[in-house]
Amino acid sequence: MKPLPVELDSLACERDQRELFASLSLRLEPGEILQVAGPNGSGKTSLLRIMAGLLPASAGEIHYGGRSVFHGAGQEDWRRHRLFIGHAPAVKGALTTEENLSWLCALSEPVAVEAIWQALEQVGLRGFEDIPCHNLSAGQHRRVALARLYLERHPVWILDEPFTAIDKAGVAALEKHIVKHAALGGMVIMTTHHGLEHLPGVRQLDMGQLN
Amino acid sequence: MRRVVWLLFCREWRLAWRRPGDLLNPLVFFALVVSLFPLAVGPEPSMLRSMAPGVIWVAALLATLLSLDGLFRSDYDDGSLEQWVLSPHPLALMVLVKVLHHWLLSGLAMVLLAPLFGLMLALPLSSLPVLVLTLLLGTPVLSLLGAVGAALTVGLKSGGVLLALLILPLYIPVLILGTGAMDAALQGMPVTGYALWLGCLAMLALSLAPIAIAAGLRIGVSE
Amino acid sequence: MNWSFFHKLGSPKWFHDISGRWLPWFAVAGVLLLSVGSVWGLFFAPEDYQQGNSFRIIYIHVPAAFVAQSCYMMLAVAGIVSLVWRMKLADVALKCAAPIGAWMTFVALLTGAIWGKPTWGTYWVWDARLTSMLILLFLYFGIIALGQAISNRETSAKATAVLAIVGVVNIPIIKYSVDWWNTLHQPATFKITEKPAMPVEMWLPLLLMVLGFYALFTVSLLMRMRLEVLRREHKTRWVREVLEKSS
Repeated sequence: MKPLPVELDSLACERDQRELFASLSLRLEPGEILQVAGPNGSGKTSLLRIMAGLLPASAGEIHYGGRSVFHGAGQEDWRRHRLFIGHAPAVKGALTTEENLSWLCALSEPVAVEAIWQALEQVGLRGFEDIPCHNLSAGQHRRVALARLYLERHPVWILDEPFTAIDKAGVAALEKHIVKHAALGGMVIMTTHHGLEHLPGVRQLDMGQLN
Repeated sequence: MRRVVWLLFCREWRLAWRRPGDLLNPLVFFALVVSLFPLAVGPEPSMLRSMAPGVIWVAALLATLLSLDGLFRSDYDDGSLEQWVLSPHPLALMVLVKVLHHWLLSGLAMVLLAPLFGLMLALPLSSLPVLVLTLLLGTPVLSLLGAVGAALTVGLKSGGVLLALLILPLYIPVLILGTGAMDAALQGMPVTGYALWLGCLAMLALSLAPIAIAAGLRIGVSE
Repeated sequence: MNWSFFHKLGSPKWFHDISGRWLPWFAVAGVLLLSVGSVWGLFFAPEDYQQGNSFRIIYIHVPAAFVAQSCYMMLAVAGIVSLVWRMKLADVALKCAAPIGAWMTFVALLTGAIWGKPTWGTYWVWDARLTSMLILLFLYFGIIALGQAISNRETSAKATAVLAIVGVVNIPIIKYSVDWWNTLHQPATFKITEKPAMPVEMWLPLLLMVLGFYALFTVSLLMRMRLEVLRREHKTRWVREVLEKSS
C-alpha cells in the first residue's frame, strides 16, 4: 500500500509553558525517510507523538492526502495507515512473545500465527515464541515491538528511537528493512541519535535550528 | 471488529490468570471488611440483620474500588495503553470489554460470595436472592464508574485513596438503591421498583461510562 | 454568527483588560446588595411564626447553597468549553472557581447546622438537603484533589474538566436517590425552608442576598482568574507592562 503525501502546516507545540517549536511546515512524499534530529529537549519526541495522534498540537494542522488527520475521515485513514512505535515497547511481561505480537497486530488487523513466527524469526527471536516476556531482556522486548514492522502492512512508519538497546547486527538488519520499505514507496519518520548518512535518500529535519 | 473484541477478551483472560493474586485480594478484602463489623458492634443477630445490607454493600464498594485502582496502570507503564489509543478500533468499545472482563472475574465473584456473608450476618434465606439480584445489577455500575476514576488517575502513583475520593460520591445512588431493595425485601415488600432503577443505572453506565473512560485514557497518554 | 468575539474571549490579555473594567462595578454592587440585604433580613424582616428569629440564618444559608450548586454547573460548562474549544481561559475559570464553590458549600453546611440546633435540637441531621450538600462538597474535593495531584498543567485541566462533566451528569441522579432515601428513612412531616407563601418582606431581602452572593462569587472568581492569568502569562510583554504600571 502506498501512502498519500503528508503535509505539516504551521505546526506548533507548547508543553509546560515552554514553546518547543512553532510554524513547522513540511511536506513528505511517498518513499521518503525523514530523520528528525536535534539536541535533547528540542521537541523531537513531541513532534512524533503529535504526528502519531497521541498529543494534540497547540496550533497548526497535519494533512494526509489533503485531509486533516485530527478529525473525520482523514483521522480514520491516518489511524489505519500509520504505525507508531515509541520509547516503550508495549510488551506485557506475563504474555509470551507470540501472544504479545498477536495482540499488537490485532490492534490494527489480526494476523495468522505463521506470519507471527516468521516475523519473530526475522528479528532474531526464533525459538522464543513461547517464552513469557518477563524472562527477556530490554533489547529483546524492543525486538518484539519492532517485529510489527515485518508483519503489518502500514505505509507510514513513525519510529521514536528504534535502535535503542539493539545490537550491531540488529541495527544493520533494521536499517536494511527501513530502506526496503522506503524503496517500495513507504514513508518513514524517525528520531535517532544513530547516524543515518550512509543510507540513501534520508532527509533531515533539525529541530535545534528551528527556534 | 468482533474478532478484535474476542482477542482482547482472550488477552485480558490470560493476563488475569497469570496473576491470580490480583483477583483474589479484593475478595479477601471483601470478606475481611464484612467480618470486622460483628467484631466491632457485637454478634447480636437482630442488630447484625439490620446492618447487614449496608455492611455488605459498603464492603462491596470498597473492594471494587481497590480492585480497579491498577486497572490501566500496568498497561500505561509498559506502553500498551498508547497502542490502544493509537488503534483505529473504537477505544470506548475496547475499554468497555476490558472493564466488563474485569467485572466478570471480580464483581461476579463478589456477587456469588455475598449470600455467604448474608448468612453470616443473620440475613434470612428469603432475602438472599434479592441480595444477589441487586449486586448483579449494581456491581457493573460500580466497575464502570470506578474505571472512569482509574482512567483519570492512570498516570498517578497516588494509590487508591485519590480514586476513592473521586468515585465514592458517585457510588451513592447505587448504594441507596441496593440497600433500599434489601430493606424492602426484609419487610416482605416488592423490590421490582428498585431492581428496575438499578437496571436503569446499569444501562446508563454501560452507554456513557466508556466514553468518559476513553477520554480519560487519551488525556493520560498525552502527557 | 460572529466567531471572532468568541475567539477573542479566549485571549488572556483581553480578559484581563475587560475584567479590570467590570470588577469595580461587581464589587460595588456586591457590597451594596449584601449590606442592604443582610441588614434588612437580619433586623427588619418580620419574625417567622414558627421558628422565631432563628430562621434568619436562611439569609446566608440559601444564597450560599444556590451559589454552591450553580458554581458546580459552571465548572461543568467550563469543562465542556475547555475540552471542545480548547480555550485556556476556561481551564483557568475551572481551576479558580472550584475552591470558591467548595467554600460556599461549606458555608451552606455550617449555616445549615447552626440553623439545626434551635430548630431540631441537634447540630446535624441526615436530611435530604444537607446530605446532598455534603455530597456536593465531596465532589468539589474530588475536583480540587485531582487538579492538585496532576503536575502537568494541560493534563490537569483536561482531567478535571472530564471529572466535572461526569460529576454534573451524576448530580441529578444523586439528588433523586438521596431524596428517596430520606423519605424511606424519615417520613418527615417537617421540611426546612419551603413554607407555602413567604411574604414579600421576607423573600425580598432573600433575593437581595442571593444576588449579592452571586456578585461576591463573581468578584472572587474574577480576582482569582486575573491573578492566575498574570501568573501563566508572566513571560509576555503585556504582563510586564501591567506590572510596571501598577508598581
